[in-house]
Amino acid sequence: MKLRDIAHSRTGDKGDISNISVIAFDAKDYPLIEAYVTPERVKDLFAGVVHGQVVRYAIPSVGALNFVMQKALGGGVTRSLALDAHGKCLASALLNLDIPDRTA
Amino acid sequence: MKTIRIGSGAGYSGDRIEPAVELAEKGDIQYLVFECLAERTIAIAQGAKLKDPTKGYDPLLADRMQAVLKLCHGKGIKIITNMGAANPAAGAAKIQEIARALGLKGLKVAAVSGDDVLAELKSGPHRIEETGEPASAMAGKLVSANAYLGAGPIVEALKAGADVVITGRVADPALFLAPQIFEFGWAMDDWDRLGKGTVVGHLLECAGQVTGGYFADPGVKDVADLARLGFPIAEVQEDGQAVITKVKGSGGAVTTATCKEQLLYEIHNPTTYFTPDVIADFSGVTFTQDGPDRVRVAGATGRARPETLKVSVGYIDCFIGEGQMSYAGPGAVARGRLALEIVRERLKLMGVKTTELRFDLIGIDSIHGEGLSNAAGMEPYEVRVRVVGRTETLKEAVRIGNEVETLYTNGPASGGGATKSAKEVVAMLSALLPRTLVTPVVDYVEA
Repeated sequence: MKLRDIAHSRTGDKGDISNISVIAFDAKDYPLIEAYVTPERVKDLFAGVVHGQVVRYAIPSVGALNFVMQKALGGGVTRSLALDAHGKCLASALLNLDIPDRTA
Repeated sequence: MKTIRIGSGAGYSGDRIEPAVELAEKGDIQYLVFECLAERTIAIAQGAKLKDPTKGYDPLLADRMQAVLKLCHGKGIKIITNMGAANPAAGAAKIQEIARALGLKGLKVAAVSGDDVLAELKSGPHRIEETGEPASAMAGKLVSANAYLGAGPIVEALKAGADVVITGRVADPALFLAPQIFEFGWAMDDWDRLGKGTVVGHLLECAGQVTGGYFADPGVKDVADLARLGFPIAEVQEDGQAVITKVKGSGGAVTTATCKEQLLYEIHNPTTYFTPDVIADFSGVTFTQDGPDRVRVAGATGRARPETLKVSVGYIDCFIGEGQMSYAGPGAVARGRLALEIVRERLKLMGVKTTELRFDLIGIDSIHGEGLSNAAGMEPYEVRVRVVGRTETLKEAVRIGNEVETLYTNGPASGGGATKSAKEVVAMLSALLPRTLVTPVVDYVEA
């Protein structure tokens, strides 16, 4: 299945740093998300977009992870040449990640 | 236990006007807060102030005040906003003028300034955070430097009986924290409560983003009536407990899911959310659905505020030139790619001086690049070519769009809808300044 089947997401921006939340719709899927949405996989997925480190923070009380990605916004929101200078669409790209089915 | 209701009337400078009217009319609120300053807004407003000393505040200030001032005055709702941008005093004078025209006698307006630290940045020993370079070395390019003030001066204004408080750069959550501190008499070192009040401010500062705006994904996350999206209200108790809600019958939804998305919006380490008033800790926050469109928030905390204030630094960075052109029907993608190749070669042939160039096919790979878009073999009905480049002069920037436009008579068949633009870019960096170098000032005018 896709991450989008079990989680929702929003992107935020500060300078050249993008953060993406990944939030379980249902708390029981949080461990699955924690196991499969690793900073390494996120960095791989965004290899062509994010040029700095990716750090993951966990907020289990709301069933969410937060990925903070350096050098992610074309040199910074206010000077980027990108059509989506804020990187707002990154959240949707992350939700396309493949996740093993619960039963697997 | 004492409870207050705070409404969020705008989440960014261009936000919708009438949801704030709905809040004032039907929200049973005591405070209406408008957060209207993006990172770059003050730097741009600084230019307006230089041309005309009576300008430099938010361009929609008059429209928003015309819409709510009389209503708020009648009901005793206090207004707090950062729409002062680069010139809170001129913004206050404008509000005074509008209040007089509306016949609102005795309306007291406070202007909070002191955030402008451009002179200090130009001459002092301060470094730019992102580059490590001395700020003074780029003095010729600097257009603005504004320290993020905290809730303190707003609380002072409320204590002095202000009906409207207009500020320049203030940390967004502080606009919401200030009325809580004032109403509940929280101490400025009650870190736990300041942390709780800050999470409330953070949830409200983007207005509709917590009531179902920026959330809908049809079939997965449906939200009703976004055209009439209701803006949020925080019902806060003296002990810092809060409920996020909205006006009954307005569009949108307040659910634990909408609150979670907003909690993590523009957050880095959730245990360490820096503000001028407190280092808030969101890592233990919980949300509980208390009823339809009512979510209880608990569990935030905080610790001692940082000794430095963040400064947002605006500078003239470069120029950006851009051109776009559409192709449709069979072979659209191939013609679009050919168009990009032609412009790439033209920019070389003509010696257009750029420091960075980007070639996009909108509809194929413009947002995340070829890899993520899985662009190979994709054949949409239409595509739009986009060429954009960074230059050191406006003249060179103009040449980029011109080369795209000449695709009309020189490029592939049946391209249409060419657009072009060239602009100066005011970009933002940041610095940290010791608190002792920043002195907030509160001035008052009365209608």
